[in-house]
Amino acid sequence: MTTVATVQEGTDNPYALSHLDSLESEAVHIFREVAGEFERPVILFSGGKDSIVMLHLALKAFAPAPVPFTLLHVDTGHNFPEVLEYRDRTVARHGLRLHVASVQEYIDAGKLRERPDGTRNPLQTVPLTEAIQQHRFDAVFGGGRRDEEKARAKERVFSLRDEFSQWDPRRQRPELWQLYNGRHAPGEHVRVFPISNWTELDVWQYIAREGIELPEIYFAHEREVFNRSGMWLTAGDWGGPKEGEQVETRQVRYRTVGDMSCTGAVDSDATTLDAVITEIAASRLTERGATRADDKMSEAAMEDRKREGYF
Amino acid sequence: MTALTRHTEQLSTTTLLRFATAGSVDDGKSTLVGRLLHDSKSVLTDQLEAVEHASRSRGQEAPDLALLTDGLRAEREQGITIDVAYRYFATPRRRFILADTPGHVQYTRNMVTGASTAELAVVLVDARNGVVEQTRRHAAVAALLRVPHVVLAVNKMDLVDYAEPVFAAIAEEFTAYAASLGVPGWGSGGDPQENWCTAIPISALAGDNVVEPSSHMDWYGGPTVLEHLETVPVSHDLTACHARFPVQYVIRPQTAEHPDYRGYAGQIAAGAFRVGEAVTVLPSGRTSTVTAIDALGESVDIAWAPQSVTIRLADDIDISRGDLIAPADDAPSVTRDVEATVCHVADQPLTVGQRVLLKHTTRTVKAIVKDIPSRLTLDDLSQHPAPGRLDANDIGRVVVRTAEPLALDAYADSRRTGSFLLIDPADGTTLTAGMAGASFAAEASATDDAEWNF
Repeated sequence: MTTVATVQEGTDNPYALSHLDSLESEAVHIFREVAGEFERPVILFSGGKDSIVMLHLALKAFAPAPVPFTLLHVDTGHNFPEVLEYRDRTVARHGLRLHVASVQEYIDAGKLRERPDGTRNPLQTVPLTEAIQQHRFDAVFGGGRRDEEKARAKERVFSLRDEFSQWDPRRQRPELWQLYNGRHAPGEHVRVFPISNWTELDVWQYIAREGIELPEIYFAHEREVFNRSGMWLTAGDWGGPKEGEQVETRQVRYRTVGDMSCTGAVDSDATTLDAVITEIAASRLTERGATRADDKMSEAAMEDRKREGYF
Repeated sequence: MTALTRHTEQLSTTTLLRFATAGSVDDGKSTLVGRLLHDSKSVLTDQLEAVEHASRSRGQEAPDLALLTDGLRAEREQGITIDVAYRYFATPRRRFILADTPGHVQYTRNMVTGASTAELAVVLVDARNGVVEQTRRHAAVAALLRVPHVVLAVNKMDLVDYAEPVFAAIAEEFTAYAASLGVPGWGSGGDPQENWCTAIPISALAGDNVVEPSSHMDWYGGPTVLEHLETVPVSHDLTACHARFPVQYVIRPQTAEHPDYRGYAGQIAAGAFRVGEAVTVLPSGRTSTVTAIDALGESVDIAWAPQSVTIRLADDIDISRGDLIAPADDAPSVTRDVEATVCHVADQPLTVGQRVLLKHTTRTVKAIVKDIPSRLTLDDLSQHPAPGRLDANDIGRVVVRTAEPLALDAYADSRRTGSFLLIDPADGTTLTAGMAGASFAAEASATDDAEWNF
């Protein structure tokens, strides 16, 4: 051993891969493992940037053949119209099959009750679980990333769920090398997270490198918003603003895209990908901290929702 | 070129380093990890506020940076790290994936998990205590898992007056132990033994030599921990490696546009493949020639590990998931008898005679545990013959017979194609992590097997 290390340039090696190439190869490997080992996989596709990147990776993984998976969207009934339009356009362009599980239908049928705070994110778990059971999906791809949240930091790439979709963090299988164990009993399924190791910045850099189209709400635009708990929420018929909440027009963009009732916009004048990347690289807030009301509930809010079968 | 574009381009040419840390709170591991994240500006304001809030509500004055990595309620309640936590941070030169693992002996399986994909392991020692049992165990895990680089971080130098002789003695003792592990200059990318380990004197608490060079240790001329992480080679000359391509999936569009396309999709596990190369398909032994390599939308002449590609061959031979494509003049032998060092990772034991599934690359086959000849104590590498069973966190030797032939490499030659899992066929539990072939040099010379000539 030498106590004074020789400093060598790792990037000089002709066989070094860029970090985006490494992450892309890893994700493609995960998609192909699932295609090789499962009968009925499905991709959770919300029209948010992470699911858009997932679909892009799946398209590359099996080209020139079509993606051997269907898509599933859990529609809260409060989704952004721009995002739904993007979703339908994408499905049509690639000739994909889309299943929609509708929270609104569950509410209308009396199977779910609207929460007092109007937030529908936690209501997605039941329609999601029942869609998985009904279609007998055995592998469900999610766009969750470990950098998003500390309970997600402990998540496996292949995450076993029981027939109620429940996650038990203490009974997770150790995941070694690139050997993913997808064995499961009938009725159980495996949640698969191909972009586990990506950060928000990686996702944006990859979108820029690949020239992937996104819904326009990810870029700065004028919008009528009001302030609730320090977040800019969009005004709309989902239930906002309440009395005393002042609507104003601001230049904003969305860092994450979920249910309108709990997804906040950030002040921004980033109208291009490069500008968005620069903003994110300089941001001192995590994307969930800046934009998600549902994660502000408690220290273990995400862990609790995941245990119940959330994404 | 604008400053912005330069920024983006620079980021897109950064490489990725996966590394693992092992140690306990007592060694200052959380402080080191916290400082790496904090000083590289990877902890964001809302995360820090959450940690400060949680620390205050526990009656602690200073923010406890360990709370950044303890993500589960049970961990926070018990104040310990149970599971591997993955952390992400970046500098302008490199992106890092850190597998932060607990250090105690009852969490050896978590350490093994973190080390299995790591290209570098940070082993922490307390400068006041020097090399202790736990240090030897962590070094042995890194050697066993063939982690290519190790950093010995001699921490708490502030508490020994930043004295060079203290550091030098610890570094020397560790070197001697590393030599006894017989860490070879293995084919899968490890540093030659003399370069395997880099010792760095640090104080994680005071920040000496973690991100910024220390002003207290002029006698040390080497890199800080972060400088070393940024510059350690993540790749090596792959042409010297045995090229291996496990087939994951056969792509056959059968469309009007691509009526005859037949490609073998997979991730190159080791080495490099070229168009025009003669290859053998295992276990069948059939041969063909590479006619095209599709690298995710781009046709290339050469591709290397760990790229995900689709390979096309000249001949329409029967190939399916689980087969291995290798150079015709450098194919591994095919066997149904596996001897390996394993780490038992499940709560239920592994016993002689047990029927299991063996998952190797993209192939899963039935197998039976024929023998468990020994159990190994990692603290002193002592062997305990014929233990009869392996319990959670045990390291041992096993002999397994498989129902189908496997194209298996020695783990020392190829981490990816020399590793496997044993799985309980009844409930799918991952039982055991296996590494084919001999584990340490001492064993290799004892068995006098020319194949394991380190």
